[in-house]
Amino acid sequence: MRRFLTVALFALPMLFLALFYVYPLLAIFRVSFSGPRPEVGAQAVATLVSPTFWSLLWFTTWQAALSTVLTVIAGLPLAYIFARFDFPGKSILHALLTIPFVMPTVVVATAFMALIGRNGVLNTGLQALLVLDAPPIQLEQTIWLILIVHVFYNIAIIIRTVGGFWGNLGPQFNESAAMLGAAPWQVFRTVTLPLLLPSITAAGLLVFLFCFTSFGVVLILGGLRFATIEVEIYRQAVSYFNLPLAAFLSIVQLLLTFTVMVIYTRMQARLSRSLRQRQRGLSRVPANWRQWTLVAGALFVTGVGLLMPLVALVVRSFTLGDQGPTLLYYQALGENPRQSAFFAPPVTAIANSLLYALATLAISLPLGVIGAYMLAQPRSRWAAIFDPLLLLPLGTSAVTLGFGYIVAMGPLRASPWLAPIAHSLIALPFVVRTFLPALRALDRRLREAAATLGAGPLQSWWTVDAPLLLRAGLISAAFAFAISLGEFGATLLIARPDRPTMPMVIYQALSRPGLIHYGQALAMSTILMAVTAAALIAIERFRLPGEEEF
Amino acid sequence: MLEVVDIHKRFTPDKAVLQGVSLALAREEIVCLLGPSGCGKSTLLRIIAGLERADHGQVRLEGVEIGNLPAHRRGIGLMFQDYALFPHLDVAANVEYGLRMQGMPPAQRRARVAEMLALVNLTEYAARAVDDLSGGEQQRVALARTLAPNPLLLLLDEPVANLDRLLREELVSELRRILKALHVTTLFVTHDQEEAFALADRIAVMRAGRIEQVDAPPQLYRRPVNTFVAAFLGFRNLLPITVDAHAGHTVRTAAGVFTLPDARPAQLDPTARLLIPPDAAVLDVQSPGPTYTPLTGCVVGATFRGSVFQLEVEPVESEATSRLRFEFRNRGRVRLPQIGERIALWLDSAQMSVVDGA
Repeated sequence: MRRFLTVALFALPMLFLALFYVYPLLAIFRVSFSGPRPEVGAQAVATLVSPTFWSLLWFTTWQAALSTVLTVIAGLPLAYIFARFDFPGKSILHALLTIPFVMPTVVVATAFMALIGRNGVLNTGLQALLVLDAPPIQLEQTIWLILIVHVFYNIAIIIRTVGGFWGNLGPQFNESAAMLGAAPWQVFRTVTLPLLLPSITAAGLLVFLFCFTSFGVVLILGGLRFATIEVEIYRQAVSYFNLPLAAFLSIVQLLLTFTVMVIYTRMQARLSRSLRQRQRGLSRVPANWRQWTLVAGALFVTGVGLLMPLVALVVRSFTLGDQGPTLLYYQALGENPRQSAFFAPPVTAIANSLLYALATLAISLPLGVIGAYMLAQPRSRWAAIFDPLLLLPLGTSAVTLGFGYIVAMGPLRASPWLAPIAHSLIALPFVVRTFLPALRALDRRLREAAATLGAGPLQSWWTVDAPLLLRAGLISAAFAFAISLGEFGATLLIARPDRPTMPMVIYQALSRPGLIHYGQALAMSTILMAVTAAALIAIERFRLPGEEEF
Repeated sequence: MLEVVDIHKRFTPDKAVLQGVSLALAREEIVCLLGPSGCGKSTLLRIIAGLERADHGQVRLEGVEIGNLPAHRRGIGLMFQDYALFPHLDVAANVEYGLRMQGMPPAQRRARVAEMLALVNLTEYAARAVDDLSGGEQQRVALARTLAPNPLLLLLDEPVANLDRLLREELVSELRRILKALHVTTLFVTHDQEEAFALADRIAVMRAGRIEQVDAPPQLYRRPVNTFVAAFLGFRNLLPITVDAHAGHTVRTAAGVFTLPDARPAQLDPTARLLIPPDAAVLDVQSPGPTYTPLTGCVVGATFRGSVFQLEVEPVESEATSRLRFEFRNRGRVRLPQIGERIALWLDSAQMSVVDGA
């Protein structure tokens, strides 16, 4: 009986994955082989021979590769500084680094427009300062803006992964290379870099994956000029209603991302192996003024780079053109001058977003905890099957998932539950990965000690396990909450227009002309940022030391 | 060859790690820095290597001041305690590393690597990953790597500390054989006096940032300059000299009155102690010689240690309680003296000495 219950419980996350992940993907396969032409696979052949497809694939790949290279170049020096030096405010800065990673794409895109867009804070400031006729920074609708935002988004991955690895690398390798006659640059080239390479590759692959499937950033900042496969799937599915083409593109993207995902998991495994001999922390306070200058300079650039777009967003949302402070944009959120049928007052959007986020918590937390318990079973057959399966949603793009729901869910398509279900699926890997280390760290002997001290099974769970797992629970809850709040790609496809979320309202406002609509987007982005930041503060407060997986 | 003159170093203003250390090594000499942890011996080694800077003082190699040279240009080899083998390179590439940095042509490099691997008996291990090696093998790779570039001076930081006991003894004698065969001038650090005795030509005993005594192992063992050095070398029988018998040769202690071979100054330092080595006693012998003094003691502890056994003895005719520890060859003995038993010993005053207080 007990065994049956266990199996039933463990089957729950599997069932969830089968129903809301595998089934929609299979539906996409089915659609890609149907279409206006009767021959099986005609759409695929037609697409494969078209030059537009290849230029789409080419653009998606090179922008992702370039973004990755730029992120690595920008991230390595900071990783070094975080790994090697102790300085005041280090933990605060470390916390700040999480901000871009969890900030919704629409918010970040809007923030960068507010900072370096044509009418952004920097441009208007420079124009006033230097008395220029035209804005000096002309990045809007260029690839550079997209690349900058991608670096902003992903630099934390490099800093945390490589920096964490670097910090564990003892100084003895460098010292022993120096004793063998290697000059500092030779030490870096022949020892440090080769030792760091697995971590750089792993982090770089993850960055590549995120940039390859970049959606919100490219959709909002790329205009009509730039489109990744992800954006094209959305356009084909929603604007042109060419479902077979969208399906085919989804499959191509799935294959590519899965390949990258597989390599990434291999790298991760190798990384954890080479980290076998952990060193104590080897960071020290900068020793001389040169080191202090280096640290201070790098940190200033990081702090400014991380905060400026967000500050610009807030400032802009309270500024009416060049006429000074205003609350007009926030007031305009409640107005509906054109009496649009799809209008939803901002309070409704905020309420929708929060409701979805709570529903996401309610779904992903129990499933994730069950999944983590399953993986934590020593030598479990379940773990071997479930472990890679659980990581898969991380490598699946949100738009593909949303698209899959559209073609698979039939009458359920209109259900308000669909969005939180999609959010839960995206949040699930994060929840499991946060719980797993905490579960594995639970020492069985602690429970045994509690038992010898007279605690019953329930008492010992409550007095030993529960307090130790509480932190992991809070962190994963905050993660799931933030993910749901900011989720854009899947939501855009499946949320009902009369129940928009905050990112949807921002996107709708951005796609309409006029200052007031732009202002609405700024105001809503600021609110969304504030709500997400609250969740983030919770994450950082409870983050366990040594958890640098994401 | 190597001269270290008046080195001072402090990491924080109130904690001096080295306070005026001077030391000189002759060519081909093997010298050991021996001391408890925290005495500054590793810091001194790192200053000579160039991994730390001294606050004050000079390091001269072949008469040339090198205190301002960076580590990679000093031509000194350092073998780290945990070996620091590069995990991304195989055994041969690790040994080759220093040669590559010298810019040696590939053909010569290969020959030298082969030579070094043969020297440490690891020829078949050339293509192995360093992670797959045992501790002893890693130690030999580290030695080969350090020696390959032919350093002017070899520094070893606790060279065998990470190995288990049996392996350690074997490797220490192996190490001495290799160093002597290659005529390498060597300075090494350890906290283990047996390792120091086995490997070094001379030993410098350090304490709290200063060198207390420099001597060859037999002299050091025979004549520790003070009670700190004696205690660190493992001597337990350091008896207060209760009555200063002015005869110059005679001292009175809780264990009896002894006439020493060397005369001591008439005015003894009150902290001075009489050192009786653990092997200065004989058991079950009738009047072994003129330098021997009888002692009747009560056994308070007996430990069997294989080829030897140790007894803890309280002298019977003593007002102050003092315990003496002695070590005897076992010689096929099947029964140790029991606790509480009275035994008659002879103590050899020729082996005793008076050491100053620390």
